[in-house]
Amino acid sequence: MGTILFELALTGYFIAAIIGIIDLFRGGKESSKLMIAFSAAGFVLHTAAIIYRYVAGGHLPVTSMHEAASFFAWCVVLIYFFLEFRYKIGIMGSFILPIVLLLMITAAFLPRTMAPLAPALRSHWLWIHTIFAFVSNAAFAVAFGIGTMYLLQEHYLKSKHLHGLFQRLPSLQVLDEINHKLINIGFPFLTMAIITGSLWAESAWGRFWNWDPKEVWSLITWFIYAVVLHLRLTAGWRKKRAAMLSVIGFIVVLFTFFGVNFLLKSVHTFQ
Amino acid sequence: MNILVIGLNHKTASVEIRERLAFNGPKLEEGLLAIRQLKGVNEAALLSTCNRVEIYASVCDVMTAAEAVKDFISGFHDIVRPEFEKSLYVYQSEDATRHVFRVSSSLDSMIIGEPQILGQLKDAFEFALSKKTTGVILNRLMKKAISTAKRVRTETRIAENAVSISFAAVELAKKIFTELAGKSFMLLGAGEMAELAARHLINNGVTDVKVANRTYDRACELAQDFCGCAVRFEDFVHELVRTDILICSTGAPSFILFRDQMQKVMKERKHRPVFLIDISVPRNIDPEINKIDNVYLYNVDDLQEVIETNILERKKEATKAETIINEEVEKFAHWAATLDSVPVIVALRQKADDIKREEIERFRNRFPDLDKDKMEAVENLANSITNKLMHNPTVALRESAEDREMITIIIKKLYGIDGEDEE
Repeated sequence: MGTILFELALTGYFIAAIIGIIDLFRGGKESSKLMIAFSAAGFVLHTAAIIYRYVAGGHLPVTSMHEAASFFAWCVVLIYFFLEFRYKIGIMGSFILPIVLLLMITAAFLPRTMAPLAPALRSHWLWIHTIFAFVSNAAFAVAFGIGTMYLLQEHYLKSKHLHGLFQRLPSLQVLDEINHKLINIGFPFLTMAIITGSLWAESAWGRFWNWDPKEVWSLITWFIYAVVLHLRLTAGWRKKRAAMLSVIGFIVVLFTFFGVNFLLKSVHTFQ
Repeated sequence: MNILVIGLNHKTASVEIRERLAFNGPKLEEGLLAIRQLKGVNEAALLSTCNRVEIYASVCDVMTAAEAVKDFISGFHDIVRPEFEKSLYVYQSEDATRHVFRVSSSLDSMIIGEPQILGQLKDAFEFALSKKTTGVILNRLMKKAISTAKRVRTETRIAENAVSISFAAVELAKKIFTELAGKSFMLLGAGEMAELAARHLINNGVTDVKVANRTYDRACELAQDFCGCAVRFEDFVHELVRTDILICSTGAPSFILFRDQMQKVMKERKHRPVFLIDISVPRNIDPEINKIDNVYLYNVDDLQEVIETNILERKKEATKAETIINEEVEKFAHWAATLDSVPVIVALRQKADDIKREEIERFRNRFPDLDKDKMEAVENLANSITNKLMHNPTVALRESAEDREMITIIIKKLYGIDGEDEE
């Protein structure tokens, strides 16, 4: 049942992402309504799939790599819908839904077995810590999509390539504003994730900081976004450079999320 | 009944001919009334703009009416026919409808997609309506011309991209700043194109307006015009720190703004984006400035190129528009066909017969015991009533020539005979 729901959600996102990618290359009006409809259908099914796993497992389904990637994708779609509702930028989906699709495909290839919860994870911290972590990661993921849009639009304006996609991308100011808001959400949530994580570590292992690879890479991510915010406030690094940093920042986020689990040994590694 | 369009436009006639054949001021009414009086012309409308002169008419016979109109033009404008005849186009029936729809949708305009022509066409028809020279057919044609133009506008992107320097400047500014309200603007120098663009930016909400000019008095004058303030020419670079959009159009023979100056300005404005439009020839702003982050510099050729690609885009959209127009032409032809009186007579008769038969049937059911003779008498009575009631409308439909369309429409409406696609 859970598997079927997940698969159907994946199909919905798949169709939506394909529509989005096709829209990028078409000269005409985008089929954004269709794209939103399919991603909304995918989102409803995805939510059902997550609830199903939650009920079956008795805890927030973020304790296997499959669950984590799937939940990550779910958060990204949630933020995407918030933004689409607020700004109504149809073409935005073309930049965000492919990220969702990639996360979902990754999840699809990972083992879906539900293992019993390790003793260390049986805590309320699981809720608090992971929600902060996932929301911040999702905000950074969306900021990556928006940053890409900014860099593309800025390139079009500088090189005076002013037709096709240029016409359908929103103004630099709007993209910069959204990017800024996303980092303004993502950064405090990441901060909270690190703080709650170290509190949890203290209660589970008796130490706040263990120099675990995940902890280290989270800190690196935190520094990158701190730099973005700081330089935005102080001068110089707004707009284009902020967009570039939010693109680079997300690559580090991805490494922290996946790379640490696959390449390095960490307490965060899923069984 | 047939629709006739005779006219000329910027593609077929030189400006000299267009001038001579124009119906300006009082000539418009005079010409319109005279055309309506021509032999074989039942309805008429007249459009006269700087790019085209067109006569629309509903006529009995196209050839005779066309000759009559040409003779009229020759007499009215005192010009011999060979001089203007080869500039004329003559369209009839579906070609005429198509032409009117193409004109209203701005496919036949000098700049495809520019909306002025629709307003001009509306005015021409409203004028004709007020002078009572139009009737059912031209009124319907006009209504459909407007709705077709609206369809083209909403279903294609024909009018979406800017095709003038000032529109292009506003469009680009909106891609950088979203909206212009609250943005500050400086006009450096003067000139018709620059002032037009400035006015356009101000209409789009730019609030803080500054004018700088080598002659300070001229700056004050223009500033007053734009409800802005004058800036001394020496201060303009410094003033850029507080300017989001600059239009530069001075007569300076070389650059007046260099890269290192602009870099300093950008640092001072904390790298907030700035849009520089250099429409002076020779250029006044060092093109290297475009390489600075968050500075968007456009010169007159860049804007021209924007306009040209936009015109190309519009031409692409025009093919979609042609499909829409063909659909509408077909619908109109279908409607025009229902104006033919013979099918209406048949339908009218059919309707009368149906009512009669129904009523007799009902009567028979109520009085099943009635003997044959009496039943026959009742049937005869019914027959004679329907025949007498149908006689006059049938004759009117068959015989009237001049206002047959009008009568056809009225009868269809009065007797509820279907066949119209709407209303």
